[in-house]
Amino acid sequence: MTQELSRSVDLASFDRRDKDWYIDKTIQFIVFLGGISAILFIIGIFAFVTKEGFGFLFEDFSFSEFFFSPWWEPTDEDEPTYGILALVAGTASVTGLAMLVAIPFSLGAAIYIGEFATGKKRESLKVLVELLAAIPSVVWGFIGLSIMNPLIIALFDVPVGLNVLNAGVILGLMAAPIMTSIAEDALKAVPDRYREAAEALGATRWQVIFKTVIPAAKNGLLGAVLLGVGRGFGETMAVLMATGHAINIPGSVFDPVRALTATIAAELGETAVGSPHYEALFTIGIFLFLITFVINLTADLIVRGVREQ
Amino acid sequence: MVTTADRMVTEHPAEVLPKLEVTDLSISYGNTNVLSGINLKVMPNEIFGIIGPANAGKTSFLKVLNRMDTFDSNMSFEGDVSFNGLNTRKLRNLYALRSRIGVVFPLPVGLPLTIYENVALSPRLMGTKSKVELDIIVERCLMRAALWDEVKDRLNSLGSLLSGGQQQRLTIARALSQDPELLMLDEFSIAVDPVTTMRIEDVLKELKKEMTIILVTNLVQQARRLADRTAFFLAGECVEIENTEDLFTGNTQDERTLGYIEGRFG
Repeated sequence: MTQELSRSVDLASFDRRDKDWYIDKTIQFIVFLGGISAILFIIGIFAFVTKEGFGFLFEDFSFSEFFFSPWWEPTDEDEPTYGILALVAGTASVTGLAMLVAIPFSLGAAIYIGEFATGKKRESLKVLVELLAAIPSVVWGFIGLSIMNPLIIALFDVPVGLNVLNAGVILGLMAAPIMTSIAEDALKAVPDRYREAAEALGATRWQVIFKTVIPAAKNGLLGAVLLGVGRGFGETMAVLMATGHAINIPGSVFDPVRALTATIAAELGETAVGSPHYEALFTIGIFLFLITFVINLTADLIVRGVREQ
Repeated sequence: MVTTADRMVTEHPAEVLPKLEVTDLSISYGNTNVLSGINLKVMPNEIFGIIGPANAGKTSFLKVLNRMDTFDSNMSFEGDVSFNGLNTRKLRNLYALRSRIGVVFPLPVGLPLTIYENVALSPRLMGTKSKVELDIIVERCLMRAALWDEVKDRLNSLGSLLSGGQQQRLTIARALSQDPELLMLDEFSIAVDPVTTMRIEDVLKELKKEMTIILVTNLVQQARRLADRTAFFLAGECVEIENTEDLFTGNTQDERTLGYIEGRFG
C-alpha cells in the first residue's frame, strides 16, 4: 500500500473552527480596525472643524471679502471684516522663501550624505540631521527672535528684524533636516548597479548623479520638497515668533507679515466660543485643511504621472 | 578564418603593442585574496575568452581592467595593468579610460532613462550634441545589438521597462555607443534566449574588426565559438592560456583545464 492511501482523510477538518482559525480572524479584525481608524479620525477632525466654522460660512461669510480683502479686523466694534488675503500672502511668502533656502540645502546635504560620504562620517552626519529634525519649533522661534532679529537689523539696517526674511530662513532651516532625510532615502533607494553602469560608460561622479541617480530618484525627491511645503504651510509657533505678526501684504522681504496658522493660534483663546470671530478662525482651519489636501493630491498625481510615463 | 590580427598574435607577438597587458596582478577584498599571479596580454582585434567556474575571480579581474575597483573601498589590487601601453594605475583621468572600455554586466542594467537616452547617454557625455548624429548612433548600436526591430517604435519609453533579455541587449547597445577600443562582456548571455545569443555572437565576430573583446563566459562552447585565445581561471588562479582551438582539441597543458572543458568538474 502506498503512503497516500494509508492516510486517513478527515474531511471535517476542512470546516473546523480551531484555535488558529480564531486567532487569524481576530488579528485580521484588529488590523482592519487600525487601518480604518486613521481614516475615521481624519474624517472626524474635518467634520469638527467644519461644524465649528459652519455658522460663519452661512451667516457672515462673503466669498469676495474672505479671499480678496486684505483687512483682517474681526474685533472692529462697528464693522468687523474677515479678509484673509494678507494672511495667505504672509504664509505663502514665508513658505516660498523657506523653500528657496531649504531646497538647495537639503538636496545638497542629501547628495553629499548619500553619494559622497562614507563610513563613520556618513553615519554621524545622518544622526546629526535626524537630531536637527527633532529640535522643537518653539526653539527655532526663539532663535528667530533672539539671534536672527538683531542680526537682520545689524546687517540690513532695517528698524525691525522680525519679517519675511527672518521667518523664511528659520522655516527653511527647520524644514531642511527632514527634507534631507527623505531625499537621502530616495537617493539610497537607487540601486548601485545604475551607478556602476553609468560610471562604466565613463561618466564622472557629477554626471552619474545628475544623469542617472537624480532622474531615478525624482519621485522621492519631489516628495521631500512637497513635505517641506506642507510643513511651511502648517508650521505655527516659529512663524508666530519670527514674522512680526503684523497683518500686511509684504512688498519686500523686510516687511513683517502674519501667517494663517499663527492667526488661529494667537486669537482662538481670546474669542468667545460660537462668536463670528471664533467661527471665522475655524473657517481658516477649513481653508488650511483644503490647501494641505490639494498639495498632497498634487504630489500624488505628479508621482503617479511620473510612474506611468 | 585566420585574420591578420590572428597571425600577428600567434606569429609576431613582440612586434605589436598589446591592447592590454597584465603583470603580476593580484586582487583582494580586505584580507581575502581572490586572484593572484595573473600575467597575460590581450592583442588588438582579438577575442580573448575567459572561462572558469564561479568564484574564479573573473568578474573581479574585469573590474580592475577599467579601474572600477575605485568604487569599492574594500577592493585593492597589486601588480600592473597597461592599456595601450599606459599604466592604468598612474592615469589621472580614469573617466577617459572607462569611456574607451565598454562593459556589459551579467545582469542587465537598463538605466531609468528612455531607450533612446540609454544609448545616447555615453555619446552625449563625450560631447556629441547634434540630434542627427545621435539618431544615427542610436539606430546603429541598437541594430548591432539585435534590438532595433523590437524597440524602434517606442524609443521614448523607459529602458528599465523592457524584458530582461531586451534590457541586456540594450546594455550591449549602450556599451557599443561608446565606440570602445575594448569591449568586456561578463557572461552576457545569462538573461538572453539562445536565438538572440547566436545573433549577438555573430555581431561580436563582426565587431572584432573594430575593437578588442574580452569575453567572460560560463558557456565553454561559447568560448570555443568566439574566442581566439582562451584563459582558464580557477579559484583565483589563471591555470593556462591557450589558442582556443588547441584547448578544445585536447592540447591542454594542465589536467584541470581539460577536466573543466570536458565537464568532469565545475
